[in-house]
Amino acid sequence: MGIDRFPVEAGHILLFARAIGDENPAYAGAVTGAEPVPAPPTFVQASAQFDPDYALRPASGKRWFGSGRNATGSNAAPSTSAGGGGGGGNGGTLHAEQHYTYHRPLRAGEVLTATAGPGKSWEKQGRRGGKLLFSESVIEYRNPQGELVVTARGVGVRTEKVVEQEG
Amino acid sequence: MSDVKVGDARTLLLVEDLSRTQIVQYAGASGDYNPLHSDDKFTVEVAGYPSVFAHGMLTMGMTGRVLTDWFGVEGLAAYGVRFVKQVFPGDTLTATATVTAVRDDGGQRLADLDVVTVNQDGDVVVQGAATARLG
Repeated sequence: MGIDRFPVEAGHILLFARAIGDENPAYAGAVTGAEPVPAPPTFVQASAQFDPDYALRPASGKRWFGSGRNATGSNAAPSTSAGGGGGGGNGGTLHAEQHYTYHRPLRAGEVLTATAGPGKSWEKQGRRGGKLLFSESVIEYRNPQGELVVTARGVGVRTEKVVEQEG
Repeated sequence: MSDVKVGDARTLLLVEDLSRTQIVQYAGASGDYNPLHSDDKFTVEVAGYPSVFAHGMLTMGMTGRVLTDWFGVEGLAAYGVRFVKQVFPGDTLTATATVTAVRDDGGQRLADLDVVTVNQDGDVVVQGAATARLG
């Protein structure tokens, strides 16, 4: 996952704050005119909007795995791991953990880049058999000066189906 | 803020009777359109869940309010959670943040906190920790 340009916009912050039910007037600068407009702590998750390859957004001309005429538009969920701002998953992967470190204030008007560093993977035995496969993604959000603004570490988990062996 | 001490706690009702519409609102704002959060037909018939459920990040975002209402919207140094249990439409969520340590880091006073959000049955849905800058 890499995002060359994540513009942090006051209107987007307002919509995001509304969605998480946060009526703090600090986030409403788009309508009040107040500045600066700070971003809520989990706002960088919405950088998915600016990820050109984000798998969890329907795209014109591409098959979508959600329902249309049928319960699913394709036989399988997308196989690519969907990063977004963290370990958010596709149809088969669930988000297990999310951690943020805040290095500098994030405010409307800034344009960030997001780069994914290497993340660890590990396995655990599930309670009902089958392996739980964990994968970590670490994403660094930087300002145009190259300064680190937010580090996001996400962990996704997916269950490996047990293959029944014959005999 | 300078008088924050270990054991101080705040509790905040985050949402009562979470609506499917709010989950859709979060999908639109965050850009995460996974059908598990908006498409009951897919979620029940294909993915095998009882109904659509909230993005973990919606619960984490809502939970953040107990911290930002207390320490300010730019008061956090770190915030992280584990997603323990799924949140479904109709759930009522309450978050509690508790100060576990107050310390100095290079002249900056910091408070470490435990953060937990429970549903209407008292089941933990997210559990985590945060660090806030004091003053």
